Amino acid sequence: MEILIPALWFALLGGVFGIILAIASKVFAVKVDERVSSINEILPGANCGGCGYAGCSAYAEAVVRGEAPIGACNAGGNAVAQKMAEIMGEVAENVVEKRAFVLCHGEGGTMKYIYEGAPDCVSAARLGGGSRQCQYGCIGLGSCASVCDCDAIEIKGGVAHILPEKCIGCGKCVNICPKNLIKLLPESTVCYVGCNSADKGSAVRSYCKAGCIGCKMCEKVCEVGAIKADGALAVIDQSLCIGCKRCAEKCPRKIIKVTKNGICKIEE
Amino acid sequence: MFDIFMLMLSAILIENFIFSKFMGCCPFLGVSEKPDTALGMGCAVTFVMTLASAVTWGVYRYILVPFGLEYLKTIAFILVIAALVQFIEMFLKRFVPALYSALGIFLPLITTNCAVLGAALLNIQNEYSFIESVVYGFSAALGFTLAIVIFAGIRQRLVLANPPKSFSGFPLILIAAGLAAMAFAGFAGLSIS
Repeated sequence: MEILIPALWFALLGGVFGIILAIASKVFAVKVDERVSSINEILPGANCGGCGYAGCSAYAEAVVRGEAPIGACNAGGNAVAQKMAEIMGEVAENVVEKRAFVLCHGEGGTMKYIYEGAPDCVSAARLGGGSRQCQYGCIGLGSCASVCDCDAIEIKGGVAHILPEKCIGCGKCVNICPKNLIKLLPESTVCYVGCNSADKGSAVRSYCKAGCIGCKMCEKVCEVGAIKADGALAVIDQSLCIGCKRCAEKCPRKIIKVTKNGICKIEE
Repeated sequence: MFDIFMLMLSAILIENFIFSKFMGCCPFLGVSEKPDTALGMGCAVTFVMTLASAVTWGVYRYILVPFGLEYLKTIAFILVIAALVQFIEMFLKRFVPALYSALGIFLPLITTNCAVLGAALLNIQNEYSFIESVVYGFSAALGFTLAIVIFAGIRQRLVLANPPKSFSGFPLILIAAGLAAMAFAGFAGLSIS
């Protein structure tokens, strides 16, 4: 009997609270557009912010309100964009999925000084543009790795490396890099130039083993004119590139990097 | 009036919930990365703790005491606080969406916050009246907010520090929290008469 009274009381108390909450959820129900929740379901849910909104649900709301374009989710890529278009009753263009690429492979380049400050690239870049002799190169303190939600960036030999199988192309690293070294390129990229230095060939040669010297060999060998030496730096126009890899074979500095087609893994 | 003032002062500084009672350490460490989110968490805790103090006082006085169920107050308070937080969340979502979007993410976290339960239980233990309970809940939460915002400021500095590898990250944060608690221990000697 003694245990019955408290048990009953608590059953009653729980029941009353339950009923109050059930009623409240009906009375206070907020009408949510069904499309918001169904778009939210198909989005990757990584909340990476690559679309420019605070998270996947914020992006879903913006799409339904008509403020955001359908193909802004890079992590979801084409498949998600097509499904979203279906829900919204529109036709989506094919979305080119992108991945981040680091345009520096200058491991073991010469240093100007030894940096012993706050361990992030933005601080280091303020001190004479970083400790690396090459003012365009990777500082290697890993600001990009620290903002990456997917653990897709590793620092090896003082240079950031993207792990392509983990990268979702959100672009957070692109925004944080003080040297603007990380670029989003289409996932189908076959060749890219792994250097961002606009210095003259002789200067590049003096401080870096993996720098573009602007010799224009690649430009000459390219049959479709996709590669142009912009000053002393080769740049590939990905929309023209047919993936013949001749430029990579010809490059005397071996800095035109070839990816394994489709999974953008660097071929060793 | 003076008693109320003393109660507030002691709850905010001398018996600070985080630094001298070690309650609410989970949100204290989890949500103190940036001062503005810390302030948001503090506001949400203040809001819930004040309301919970009032409601649990009523539940204890008018439901538990008359039926001799005082020994079950912990379970009853957990039930009441959880239901209250759920209710507030729904209420805000419907009527004050601006406040909901500011506090929204923090509210579910508070459901299981021991500081809220702690304040409710301390109100009973110290035999506070209704007014005193509400004031105590409110000022204890203010103390929580003060602590978490101060600590968020400290953590902003810690991010830029360059400590030995074994200390970087959480070990350093815990040491810093310990130092802040020691600083707050200085308030124990405070006496106003």
